[in-house]
Amino acid sequence: MSTVVARTAGRARAGETPGAAHTTARAAQERRQRRAAFWFLLPDSLGLFVFVAVPMVLAVVLGFFRMDGFGSFQFIGLGNYVRMAGDPQFWSSVRITLLYLVGVVPAIFVVGLGLALLVQQRIPFVGAIRSALFVPYVVSLVVVAMVWEFMLSERTGVVSRLLSAFGIDDVAFLGEPSLALGTVVVITVWFQMGYYMVIFLAGLQDIPGEYYEAARIDGAGAWQRFRAITLPLLRPTSFFVVVTATVGVITGGLDLVFVLTGGGPAGSTTLLIFYVYEQAFLFGELGYAAAIGSVLVLVMLAWSALMFAVTRGGRFDND
Amino acid sequence: MTETLTAAPPRDDAPRGPQARPTRRRRGQDSRWSRPRVALMVLGVVLGLLTIFPLAWMVTGSFKTAAEVNSATLLPADPTLENYRYVFTQVPFLRYMLNSLVVSATVTVLALWFHSMAAYALARLRFRGRDTIFLLIFSTLLVSLPVILIPTFVVVRTLGLVDSYAGLIVPAIFNAFGIFLLRQFYVALPAELEEAALVDGASYWRIYRSVILPLSRPILSALAVFFFLANWNSFVWPLTITSDPDLRVVQLGIATFQQQYAGDWNYVLAAATVAALPTLLIFFFFQRQIVESIKNAGFK
Repeated sequence: MSTVVARTAGRARAGETPGAAHTTARAAQERRQRRAAFWFLLPDSLGLFVFVAVPMVLAVVLGFFRMDGFGSFQFIGLGNYVRMAGDPQFWSSVRITLLYLVGVVPAIFVVGLGLALLVQQRIPFVGAIRSALFVPYVVSLVVVAMVWEFMLSERTGVVSRLLSAFGIDDVAFLGEPSLALGTVVVITVWFQMGYYMVIFLAGLQDIPGEYYEAARIDGAGAWQRFRAITLPLLRPTSFFVVVTATVGVITGGLDLVFVLTGGGPAGSTTLLIFYVYEQAFLFGELGYAAAIGSVLVLVMLAWSALMFAVTRGGRFDND
Repeated sequence: MTETLTAAPPRDDAPRGPQARPTRRRRGQDSRWSRPRVALMVLGVVLGLLTIFPLAWMVTGSFKTAAEVNSATLLPADPTLENYRYVFTQVPFLRYMLNSLVVSATVTVLALWFHSMAAYALARLRFRGRDTIFLLIFSTLLVSLPVILIPTFVVVRTLGLVDSYAGLIVPAIFNAFGIFLLRQFYVALPAELEEAALVDGASYWRIYRSVILPLSRPILSALAVFFFLANWNSFVWPLTITSDPDLRVVQLGIATFQQQYAGDWNYVLAAATVAALPTLLIFFFFQRQIVESIKNAGFK
């Protein structure tokens, strides 16, 4: 950059002493850059401030108020947080979110990697197979919820008819509290696996083919090659997948649960994020909802900080 | 310049990785159709069919009559368009779709414009506080709209934007994700690109317009597809911020429709198919862009 500045300066002020010209031109250049940067950053900074930063702070602030849907405020200090600590439904939603996390993240990891390993092969029609595996990801969660609700309808749904052919009758996948969350997990894996397949595929393609050839010459079997080459070299991708899938599970799922189960049956699919929504817009408890939401904001901030530290500014590669 | 994207542009242009076409052709049909590969193909085809089955079931169901919709056969015995006619005449479905189109397109265009500007400044300009600003933006990366739904609602209500197009559009524009990806891309561009323009005395705005933007066409088009899909599919924010039926977007439209016609699955499936159709079309035509933007999102 400095050479450019020097050259520009040389051309612009040929008559002046080189040293002085250099510094003034440089200062002018810096001023220009600063001004330009200000205008370039203005729209997004303003928007992020008003619609992201302010809400983040507000989440914490609102948590100290009792506030209904009509805009009346009353300062109650830590009241909402005390209430949260003693609210069995809050703790139940935390537990359900953790169960959802434990169900979805490992499944997505294994399925995504497995599919990527499959469609990485030079097999006939691999393009079509990849597309088919990916396509659920582009459909909205509202549509996803409807389609599965239709397929899982008791007695009349296609799944129920299929199972009755095997002598299993009337399984209420969405109506039975012990089954509903598992069903939501399966649906989540179904529509997200294509996304993670693509991410793993990109990671796999970055592994140099020579490594595999060398291992093959040394007589390593497929499983050994996978253990000794694929898994270790895939570490950055794996890390990224676990981080994104975890965040996705905690913050996503609202649309799906909203349309598919409404948090039920018997609250068995009330994820934390859904409980926040329920408190705010069904029960009009905006302050309490904000207090619960602020916990989520802090969790996400901590995650970001951890990610920033581990990846040194968003770099997920090894070195 | 030691950022990670340095290797990306050339890699992106190369045909996908180890199974690139030339090798495929050189080794010929034989190895591709070898027995283990055919076995893997069968596995892949079975998994692929299982995966698309729910969507296929939705589409074929939307052509079935009310009497047949709960049958266990995939293809309708007596295909009908009546469900579609019913959906479009009973509710203002075209209006819903138009609302979604306007909102998604506006968000996409404005977001790409603003994000590319911000990313350009963060990647290519030198000024005091740059790293701090980047850190602040990065820290909001994971704070998505659902997490701050309630306070954002309060902010938007305070601004008087409830039940307006602005309320649907403006809060959806701003997220760190797009800025972050574009910045990664711009950091990797060689410095010589702007130098010539700077020597000629071009303004930074001109450099952005005529050097940076044309170079970012591939990543911008990838992000455009991604943003459009995300906004077309968004549900919770429109649900929160609008109650006026004239402002109803398509996802909200089909959800409301399902509540009214619960059990009339032939109609509900037709409505769902109409809502899904644009996303499926976008997928078939812009598959490469979608895959590319996901790969970029892998922070590589």
